Amino acid sequence: MLSLLVFLPLAGTALVAVLPRRWEGRARWIALGASLGCLGIALALFAAYDRGGPQFQFVDRHVWLSSDVAPFSVQYALGVDGLSLPLLVLTAFLTVVAVLISWEIGPRPKEYFAWLLVLESSLLGVFSSLDLVLFFLFFELELLPMYFLISIWGTGRRIYSAWKYVFFTFFGSAFMLVGILALGLEAGTFDIRALQEMGPIRQAVLPAPAIFAFLIIGFGIKLPVVPLHTWLPDAHTDAPTAVSVMLAGVLLKMGGYGILRLCISLLPEVARDASLWLGAFAGATILYGALATLMQRDLKRLIAYSSVSHMGYVLLGASALGTVGLVGASMQMFTHGLITGLLFVMVGLVYERTHTRDIGELGGLAARLPYLTVVMVFAGLASLGLPSLAGFVSEATVFLGTFPRHQALAVMGVLGVLLAAAYILWMVQRVFWGEAAPRWQSLQEKVAWWERVPTLALMTVILLVGVYPSPLMDLFEGGIIPIVERLT
Amino acid sequence: MRWDWSLLAPEYLLAGWAALMALLGLWGRLRAYWLGYVAAAGALASAATSLIWLGDRTAFGDLLAVDHYTTFFRVTFGLIAASVCLISAGYVERFLRHHGEYYAILVVSVIGATYMAAAQELLSAYIALELLSFSLYVLASYAKMDLRSNEGGLKYMLLGAFSSALFLYGLGLIYAVTKTTHYQGIAEALAGDLGGTKGLALLGLSLIVVGLGFKVSAVPFHMWAPDAYEGAPLPVTAFISAISKAAGFALFLKLMVQAFLPLHDDWSPLLASLATVTMLLGNLVAVHQRNIKRLLAYSSIGQVGYLLAGIAALSPETANAASAVLLHLAGYVISNLAAFACVTVYYNWTGKEDIYEYRGLAERAPFVALALSISLFSLAGMPLFAGFVTKFVLFQAIAEADLLWLAAVAVFASFVSLYYYLMVMRQMYLVEPETRERLGVAWPEYGLVAVLVVAIFVVGLGPQPLFNAAQEAASLVYQGAATFAALSP
Repeated sequence: MLSLLVFLPLAGTALVAVLPRRWEGRARWIALGASLGCLGIALALFAAYDRGGPQFQFVDRHVWLSSDVAPFSVQYALGVDGLSLPLLVLTAFLTVVAVLISWEIGPRPKEYFAWLLVLESSLLGVFSSLDLVLFFLFFELELLPMYFLISIWGTGRRIYSAWKYVFFTFFGSAFMLVGILALGLEAGTFDIRALQEMGPIRQAVLPAPAIFAFLIIGFGIKLPVVPLHTWLPDAHTDAPTAVSVMLAGVLLKMGGYGILRLCISLLPEVARDASLWLGAFAGATILYGALATLMQRDLKRLIAYSSVSHMGYVLLGASALGTVGLVGASMQMFTHGLITGLLFVMVGLVYERTHTRDIGELGGLAARLPYLTVVMVFAGLASLGLPSLAGFVSEATVFLGTFPRHQALAVMGVLGVLLAAAYILWMVQRVFWGEAAPRWQSLQEKVAWWERVPTLALMTVILLVGVYPSPLMDLFEGGIIPIVERLT
Repeated sequence: MRWDWSLLAPEYLLAGWAALMALLGLWGRLRAYWLGYVAAAGALASAATSLIWLGDRTAFGDLLAVDHYTTFFRVTFGLIAASVCLISAGYVERFLRHHGEYYAILVVSVIGATYMAAAQELLSAYIALELLSFSLYVLASYAKMDLRSNEGGLKYMLLGAFSSALFLYGLGLIYAVTKTTHYQGIAEALAGDLGGTKGLALLGLSLIVVGLGFKVSAVPFHMWAPDAYEGAPLPVTAFISAISKAAGFALFLKLMVQAFLPLHDDWSPLLASLATVTMLLGNLVAVHQRNIKRLLAYSSIGQVGYLLAGIAALSPETANAASAVLLHLAGYVISNLAAFACVTVYYNWTGKEDIYEYRGLAERAPFVALALSISLFSLAGMPLFAGFVTKFVLFQAIAEADLLWLAAVAVFASFVSLYYYLMVMRQMYLVEPETRERLGVAWPEYGLVAVLVVAIFVVGLGPQPLFNAAQEAASLVYQGAATFAALSP
C-alpha cells in the first residue's frame, strides 16, 4: 500500500514522459489523476491507521542490498507512524493543489508535470522511509526535480536561485551522509526501527555530539535555521507558484521531520545537552525572520521570510524535548504547510493579474479582486495565529510546551507572533486596502475553477484543523510519545 | 599442476578476431561502418565464452589464475570493448582512416587488460600492462593528421614509458627483497622477518604504486590524462577512460591484496593521501573546464580518487572494501561509457565538443540530452542511478575501515562534482539553442545508449546481483591472501 503511494506519482511521470508531443496538453490530466490517487491512498491510510496498534504500520520491507560476508544490509523499508502519516497526507494534498494551480503553466507542460510528480514521489518517500539509506536516497532525489522546476519555469534570477538551492541542500546532505554513515557503522544497521530499539548511542566512530551536529546541519539548512537560511528567500521568490507551494509547504518539513525522527529520537542524550542551543537558534530564527519580513517590499519574498520565522517555531517546540513541545512542533509543520501553501497560492494568483509583486506599486486591490482579497486576508489571519484557525493551535501548543523549559525563549516566540501580526496586517493594508492606483482600475477578477477549488479546499482544511484539531493532534501524539520515552 | 589451455579460450577468440578485423580491413569490401559491429560481436562472444568455465579454476604455474575474479573482469572488459566498438562505428568511418587495424588493436588491447586481472605474478602483470598500454598509445594518436591527437598520444606514450620504468624498477627491488615475483611468495616473504630490508621493500612498493598511479591517472601523476583525453579520437577517449582504469585497478587491487597486505599499515596512509589529493584536485579542476572531453577526463580522475580511497581501506580482515571497489568500478564504467556514447553521438552530428556548444540540446535532441543527464547524475552519485549505490557501498566500506575522514573527503568531493555536472545540464536544458532545428536520430547509437541507461537504472535500483558478483570475485582474491595469513606468525 505504501509502496503504491510512493510509486504512483513515478508511474504518472513515466506516463507523462511517453505522451506524444501533440497531446502535450493532456499531461496535466495525468498529473491530476496521479496526485488525486495519492491523496486517496493517503487518506485511506489515515483512516485505517490503528492508533492503539504498533508504532509503525503498513510496513513494507525487503532486503535491497545485503552482503553475505559482512554485517551490512540496506533495506527497502517503508512504514508510517503518527509522526509521518499526517505529513504524507499533507504532501499528497498540497501536490493536488500544486497541480491545479499550475493548470495553465506556460511552456513545456509535459516536462513540468513529470518533474512535479517526481518531486511528490521523493517527498512521500522521505516521510515513509524506515531505513536511513532509503531516507537519504529520497532526500537527495528531491534535488533533481527542484533544480529543473525552479530553473526552467521560474522567474527573475531563477538559474541563480536554483543553483543556490541545490548547493545549500547538497552541502547539508554531505554532512548528513557522514552522520548517517557513522550512525550505521556504529549500530551495524541502517534500519531506523532497530536503531531506535538499540538504546542511545554514546560513543561511535565519531563522538555522538559530532554526529548530532552533522545531522543538524543537514536538516537545519532544509528547515531552515538562521544563519543557514539564505537560500530560502531566493528559491521561494523565483520558483513558479506551485513549486513555492511545495517548497514552503512540504520540503521545509523534511528538515523538521529529520530533526524529530533522527536527531532527537536516535541521539536523545545529545539532544538533551543541546536543548538550549537548539532553542537559542530557534529564537534567533523566529525574531530574525520576523524582522526581515517587515522589511520586504516584494510580496512573495515577504511570505518567504515569514516562512523562515514560522519554521523557527518548529525548532523551538523541538528544543523543549517534551511531549507538548514536540507535538506543537509537528502540528506547526502541518499547519504551516497549509497556511503558507495558501499564501503562496494567493501571491501567485495576485501576480498573474497584476504582473507585479512590488508592494509599493500595489494597493487598493480589494475593490477589484474581492475573492482574492478575502482568501488572502483569511490566510494572513491564519498565519498570524488567529484563534479558531489552524496556526493558533500549533503555535499555542509550542508555547505551552516551551515555557516550562526555556521561559525566555518562549517569550521571544510570543514576540515573534506580535511581529507576525504586524507584518501580515501591514502587508494586507498596503496591498488590498486604500485607494487603488489608476492602473488597477481596469483589473477584472475572473477566478477559474482550478483557482477556486484549491483555495477553497485549503481554507476548509485550515478552518477544520483550527476548530477541531484533536484527531490530528492525537495522531501526532501517538508518534511523539515513543520519542519522548527515549528522552527520559 | 594443471595446464588446461581451454581456459584461455576467450583470449584465443579475441586474438583470432583481431586478425579477422585486420583482414576484413584489407579486404575492403565491407563498409567501414559494419566493421564496428563485427568487432563488437567478437568482444561480446569472448565475454560470453568466459562464462562457460565459470566454476573452474587453474593457475598456469601460478602465472595466471582463471577464476571468478578473472571472469568478472573478462566480462567487464568484453562489454567495454563491445560498447566502444559500437560507439566507434559511425565516428571511425567518418573521421579516421585504416578502419580494420583500429578495431584489431582495440580487440588486442582487451587481451592485455584481461591478463592484468588474471596475473598472479609481477612479470606477467607487467607484460600484460604493456600490451594494453601500447595498444592505447597507438589508438590515442590514431587521428594521424590531427595535431592534438599526435600531441596527446606522444605525451601519453612518454609518460607511460616513464611509469613503466618505475614499475619495473619497483618490481626489481621487490624481487631483491623477496626473491620471488609471485604474489603469494611476496606476501609470505613480507609477512616474515624482513630485517633491514624493509625499507627497500617499501621503496619498491612505492615505485610500483607510482607506476600504477600513472596508468590510472592518480594525482600527482595525472598530467598526461587531460591532454590525451582531449587529443584522442572520441571513442578512444571513452575506451581509455573505461578500460585503462578498470584494468589498472584490477591489477592494483589484486596486487595489494595478494602480495602487499602484510605491509598494509605502511601503505594505507600513503594511498589515503594519494586518494585525498586525487579526489580533491580532480574534482576541483574539473570545475574550470570548457571542453567536454577534458571535463570528463578530470571527472574520471576524481573517480579514480574514490577507488584509491577504497584501496586504502583494504584490510586483512574483510573483503568489504575490495568488493566495494569492484562494484564502484563497474558502476563508473557503465555511467562513463553512457556519457561518452552521448558525447560521440553529438560530435558525429555537429563536430563540436565545447560545453557551451551543448546549449539547448534538450530542444534539439531530447533523448541524447536526457541520457547524458542521467549518466552525469550517475557519475555524481545521485540516487536512483548506479552511482549512488556504488558510491554508497564504497564510502561505507571506507568508513568501516576506520577512515571516516577519508569518506568525508570523498563525500565533499562528490559535492563539488555535482557542480560541474550540473553546468553541462544547464547548457542543455536552460540555455536557448542556436537554432531550433532538430538533430537527426542515430538509431544504432541510440540503442547502445538506451542499453547503458537501462543498465544505470538496473544497478541503481537492484544492485544485488552485481554486488554478489563483486563479492564473489573479491572473496576469491582474498582466499589466496588468507592462506598465507594462516602461515604467518
